[in-house]
Amino acid sequence: MIPLADLAQEAIQQAINALALGSTYALLALGLAMVFSILGLVNFAHGELVTVAAYTMYLLNLEDVPFAAQVPAAIAAAAVAAVLMERIAFRPLRGASFLTLLFASFALAVIIQNIFLAAISPRQKGVRLPDLFNEAITVGGYTIGWLQIITTATCAVALLVLTTFLRRSTQGLGMLAAAQDFQVTRLMGIPANRVIATAFAISGVLAGIAAIFVLARRGTVEPTMGFNPVLKAFIASVIGGLGSLTGAVVGGFVLAAIEVGLDASLPDDVLGFRDAFALAVVIAILYFRPEGLLGRPSEAR
Amino acid sequence: MADDLLAVERLLVRYGPIVAVREVSLRVEQGEIVALLGANGAGKSSFLNAVAGLVPVASGRVRFRGEEIQQLAPERIVKRGLSLTPEGRRVFPRLSVADNLRLGAVPQADRAAAKAAHERVLELFPILRERSDQVAGTLSGGQQQMLAIGRSLMANPRLLLLDEPSLGLAPILVDQIFELLARLREQGTTILLVEQNVHRALELADRAYVLAGGAIEREGPAAEIRASAEIEGAYLGIGIS
Repeated sequence: MIPLADLAQEAIQQAINALALGSTYALLALGLAMVFSILGLVNFAHGELVTVAAYTMYLLNLEDVPFAAQVPAAIAAAAVAAVLMERIAFRPLRGASFLTLLFASFALAVIIQNIFLAAISPRQKGVRLPDLFNEAITVGGYTIGWLQIITTATCAVALLVLTTFLRRSTQGLGMLAAAQDFQVTRLMGIPANRVIATAFAISGVLAGIAAIFVLARRGTVEPTMGFNPVLKAFIASVIGGLGSLTGAVVGGFVLAAIEVGLDASLPDDVLGFRDAFALAVVIAILYFRPEGLLGRPSEAR
Repeated sequence: MADDLLAVERLLVRYGPIVAVREVSLRVEQGEIVALLGANGAGKSSFLNAVAGLVPVASGRVRFRGEEIQQLAPERIVKRGLSLTPEGRRVFPRLSVADNLRLGAVPQADRAAAKAAHERVLELFPILRERSDQVAGTLSGGQQQMLAIGRSLMANPRLLLLDEPSLGLAPILVDQIFELLARLREQGTTILLVEQNVHRALELADRAYVLAGGAIEREGPAAEIRASAEIEGAYLGIGIS
């Protein structure tokens, strides 16, 4: 029999773990939701923005560029890649059906993966990151990795900055408005192209930030490394309610809590099927809340 | 004519093979209220949406303040002083009343003018001041219509296109909307009004056009259109009852 105090301590430790993992998922899901809310496009090439940022760090690492300079460069690279994606791949398809856009984003993801495969290497490449990421501190009996602290704090700051931008600036309000009624937003004198480009740029910045933490967890880059992040982001935004920005953040944390909870409670011999169990829980959530936790059934005019 | 604020020539709008507006010509002079009438599906909304840039113009010309605007995007047209209040209010439901109005002021580059417009809107619609922080989607239908018109007025438009402003409103609110339009005219706003409330629209308007099947069926001073409609009874589905 495990004492109750130990159980409580275990639960708190796992909650700390879930918070850090959830922060990364939240950033990824928020970027996906941002674009979906305005364009109705599920951008499955969103994961490749993570890849672009991670490879930027890998290449700068080879040149011995200091880490402090790698980070802004990686975020900028992801943002530029996101804007270029829209310009080259999605703008010509403006007004196309949901499925056309979906397939286009899949194709784009494969193309970008192959560019990295051909130009760099199909194999995993190690990236040296600051030692701090592997260190931990002990506070009152809890072990907290520096990576967890940095991830959670960065996510909190990013969410705060984004919320302030969306709620306080006219440009940000225009983004929220465009997600509610795109045509009428144009009638307000807000250019359609600028709203869409901004949505992609924001999704790129968020993916770039998340990429640092994705990279820190795995320590390597490879051409297909964007698949897992985009899958998690998609699941998280579906849990929260596709198209709801708050929902995407909530969904990210819920998904992380499910995964961390299963990691801690599943017996070792079925741990390999953890994602299957996690998706079963997601299906259960959607059974009771088909529109997601914060989704709206259908827009009332 | 030289003093036309809006001059539309042979405007054609099509959705794929379906022609919604057939070479309609229409003009609005400075200071006028012009009513555009017709049965459901006559092409009234398509006409307004095409003028405002929301749907593409297949052929024809739209001149506003002497310049052709039929190729411009809606966000450019509104900056030239032509605002559309679309059918069905279409306020931003999850933004506050204040934020809806703030977005309405985007086309207005001059800050002092934007502030004056804001004061004017709140004076015209005191309820919007009271409900400033309320989320627009929770307003009543009449309040949402006032917000929608107020939002358009934030841009200080020279020409206001109103699509069915009284649709679905209780009679007392319809009265309020028409009183408001009369006040706007006194304040010098030029209005092109699409209405299913033919009687009220013709009472208010200076001139009127009647659309049927996407084409102009009749045009003239509002009083003439009214007299002929009374004589002919249910005229083109817009009869006065």
